[in-house]
Amino acid sequence: MGRNPVTWLGSPAFPDAARRALDDTQLRGNLRKATTTIRGKRESVVSELDDWEELRRAGESIKDDVLTNLDTYLERLEAAVTERGGVVHWARDADEANRIVLDLARQEGADGVVKVKSMATAEIGLNEALADGGVDAIETDLAEVIVQLGNDRPSHILVPAIHRNRAEIKEIFAQMPEPPDSDDPRALAEAARKYLRRKFLSSKVAISGANFGVAETGSIVVVESEGNGRMCLTLPETLITVMGIEKVLPRWQDLEVFLQLLPRSSTAERMNPYTSIWSGVTPGDGPQKFHLVLLDNGRTSTLADEVGRQALRCIRCSACLNVCPVYERTGGQAYGSVYPGPIGAILAPQLAGDLHDEQAASLPYASSLCGACYEVCPVRINIPEVLTHLRAEVVEAKGKRTPEAMAMSAAAWVFGDRRRYEAAQRAGSLTRFLARDGTLSSLPWPGSKWTDTRDAPVVPKESFRSWWRRNRG
Amino acid sequence: MNGPRVALFPTCLTDTAFPETAKAMVRLLERLGCDVEFPLDQTCCGQMHFNTGYADHARPMARAFADVFDGYDHIVAPSGSCAGMVREIHPNLCDSSSAALRTYELSEFLVDVLGVVDVGAHFPHRVTYHPTCHSLRMLGVGDKPLRLLRAVSGLELIPLPQAEQCCGFGGTFALKNAETSTAMLADKMRCVQDTGAQVVTAGDNSCLMQIGGGLSRLRAGVRPVHLAEILASTQEEPWVATP
Amino acid sequence: MASAREEILGRIRAVDRQATPAVPREYERVRRADDPVGLLAERVADYRATVHRAAARELPYRIAERLDGRGRIAVPPGVPWEWRVPGVSWLPDDPPLGVSDLEAADGVLSGCALAIAETGTIVLDAGHAQGRRVLTLLPDYHLCVVHADQVVVSVPEAVERLDPKGPLTFISGPSATSDIELDRVEGVHGPRTLEVLLVG
Repeated sequence: MGRNPVTWLGSPAFPDAARRALDDTQLRGNLRKATTTIRGKRESVVSELDDWEELRRAGESIKDDVLTNLDTYLERLEAAVTERGGVVHWARDADEANRIVLDLARQEGADGVVKVKSMATAEIGLNEALADGGVDAIETDLAEVIVQLGNDRPSHILVPAIHRNRAEIKEIFAQMPEPPDSDDPRALAEAARKYLRRKFLSSKVAISGANFGVAETGSIVVVESEGNGRMCLTLPETLITVMGIEKVLPRWQDLEVFLQLLPRSSTAERMNPYTSIWSGVTPGDGPQKFHLVLLDNGRTSTLADEVGRQALRCIRCSACLNVCPVYERTGGQAYGSVYPGPIGAILAPQLAGDLHDEQAASLPYASSLCGACYEVCPVRINIPEVLTHLRAEVVEAKGKRTPEAMAMSAAAWVFGDRRRYEAAQRAGSLTRFLARDGTLSSLPWPGSKWTDTRDAPVVPKESFRSWWRRNRG
Repeated sequence: MNGPRVALFPTCLTDTAFPETAKAMVRLLERLGCDVEFPLDQTCCGQMHFNTGYADHARPMARAFADVFDGYDHIVAPSGSCAGMVREIHPNLCDSSSAALRTYELSEFLVDVLGVVDVGAHFPHRVTYHPTCHSLRMLGVGDKPLRLLRAVSGLELIPLPQAEQCCGFGGTFALKNAETSTAMLADKMRCVQDTGAQVVTAGDNSCLMQIGGGLSRLRAGVRPVHLAEILASTQEEPWVATP
Repeated sequence: MASAREEILGRIRAVDRQATPAVPREYERVRRADDPVGLLAERVADYRATVHRAAARELPYRIAERLDGRGRIAVPPGVPWEWRVPGVSWLPDDPPLGVSDLEAADGVLSGCALAIAETGTIVLDAGHAQGRRVLTLLPDYHLCVVHADQVVVSVPEAVERLDPKGPLTFISGPSATSDIELDRVEGVHGPRTLEVLLVG
């Protein structure tokens, strides 16, 4: 089994990547504007529904049911899709999934495929694998086009090009046969429409992800905005859908919950412009060959973690990214994965499955634990809880000999006994002699990490407990 | 005294670095008729260890906390973060956690348990309030601190823009991701300065240490003052700035 | 060597999983609205689609009005004869039109399976007066007729009424994107103009 491409090979650990991103003034401005806009909109469409909390609880519970009975529901989905003329494939990891898709594309004699935006195929690096196999994968979602033509990496789950502003996009689109004549978003969208139209009409094979797959009926659901999804799901002769195994839903009825939670949480709309639902093959309407690839790629090992498995409830709405104060400042690429932001910080390291990897191990620490993500999550993933849980796993992976582990042991020893703690307080108060004019502005490492940008409190001579003993004891 | 028996849990940070906050709590709670005690065997709730990934070290601290505070009616902390650690996390770390359920952040204790909003305080300054993340999202204190502040005579309360955004402290986050923490702090300071307030207050000295440390470095002329110190301040015994 | 299927199912079955409680469905499955049709009109218009109200008997006139000067209009099989008003160059999808015919069409007229007032959504199920999915996709203009008795208020009411077998398309306004600075712009690949005729 090869390396899991869910985290990008060669990405620096989060603090280093973040440092670089923080210096990018264009990125900072673009992100601030975009996240501020979407936050306000989400709040307003969510507040329209009096039963939002009940919907969240139902969403959480349905997903927990899925995780508990995943084997049953997957077999049921497989049977339903097969009965309606689809072919179901299973892939243990990225390599296996990529090989299945490449073989299918070759069988159809396709040297190019059109793609609907899909996190699962981005996670497994499908486009690169297809290219290596001589098949050209053309992204058709506007943001994915921006990323693909810009030779860039995605930085957001919903809007992979959120780090780009209109002027930058116009530059990137200059390579189109009919480039946009202005940076007005309407003109940019028009240029993308023209660029992709022929590709939609001439492609024999399309590849999509899936937002949901209903076990009871074999229905696959793709939620989108632009109509590129409808094009891919309707025009080509062959459709290949790659779906993470956790995307299965037990019952048709369950869609009534998620079709309310997802659009309001992601694009902050009452409903997204287009949702397509199909089951197997419909004679005379749409692709006459349908393949469903069920992807594990680290999901079953995530499922095995009692605390961490809640990350598999995720419906990829990206509400947690939009409210995250860390994400807002560093952007998504600093996380070194197609899954950035708070959900990425818990999902990417779990799917990657190796906390000895320095980059993956840095992700659970990319949070101030402010909890804004948990508050907006439509399926109530307690992201701070999983973050601290994964931090404990990182600590275990690193062992007891790191300077940090030794300092933490020493601190725990001090806190383990009142007299040791009081002695430490007295020692700490000696730092007051480092202060000048009541200000402590320079401490030796690691305190310098603090005092590089902020003054430190001057620890007074008398602690509260000494005062208490003197006055009340 | 026959008032409620309250055990003070000033937290290790306040005990050590911000004793004025704990003294203010004593004055305030006694003024409101509480019988205040300070169990000397307390040290730390284990939050820093737990949040950094050292749950194994935090476990004995949680157990010790439960022992030290056993038998008190109410345990009150000037910290949403540490009260949140005790109430939300301790029960997962050790069984003997009945103390956890009786632990309150100061504003919760005043409003929910004592049932007071006007604590008779006087604080003639322009103040802005930063709602700390854990008091807001872990404990759900809501607008209790604001209601308490609005009842303080002489105090001019100025709303803080983007108040609910994290200040960037986050415990060891401030060191491990110091640059990102600083970027968050920069925006918080800008919002504080935009209010024109003289004083920025909050229910957590940890966050005030971050915001105040940044403002002090800039010589911004805005002073961090813990909510307890404002509420303890009266006309007879006014708050005095410590050097 | 075990197949991928057996291995994945085996990994799942190896996990210790606790039984979960029944799903709490305490959300509102049916929502009340004083004027569902009015609500639908308002919410569809919020997406910058155009909404027209019509009494049943004036429907043909309204259709003619909307399609006047629009050119060649595709129609799915099963469209009531009175919708196919004179003066319009109709392209019936019977036998099925080719992709190039549809590319050359100037618009499409269809009915719908139902509409959801609260979200301003029209749902097509490839059934009566709707036809194949591609019909309402390629032409740049879509005129959709919605009867008052097809309007439900909430999403759960709609999901309950729909048949999961047929291909379904939920349409909420014209094609749009938020991919540039998270700002919504109408008109990408799907029909850039959506007009809704609300009857009754």
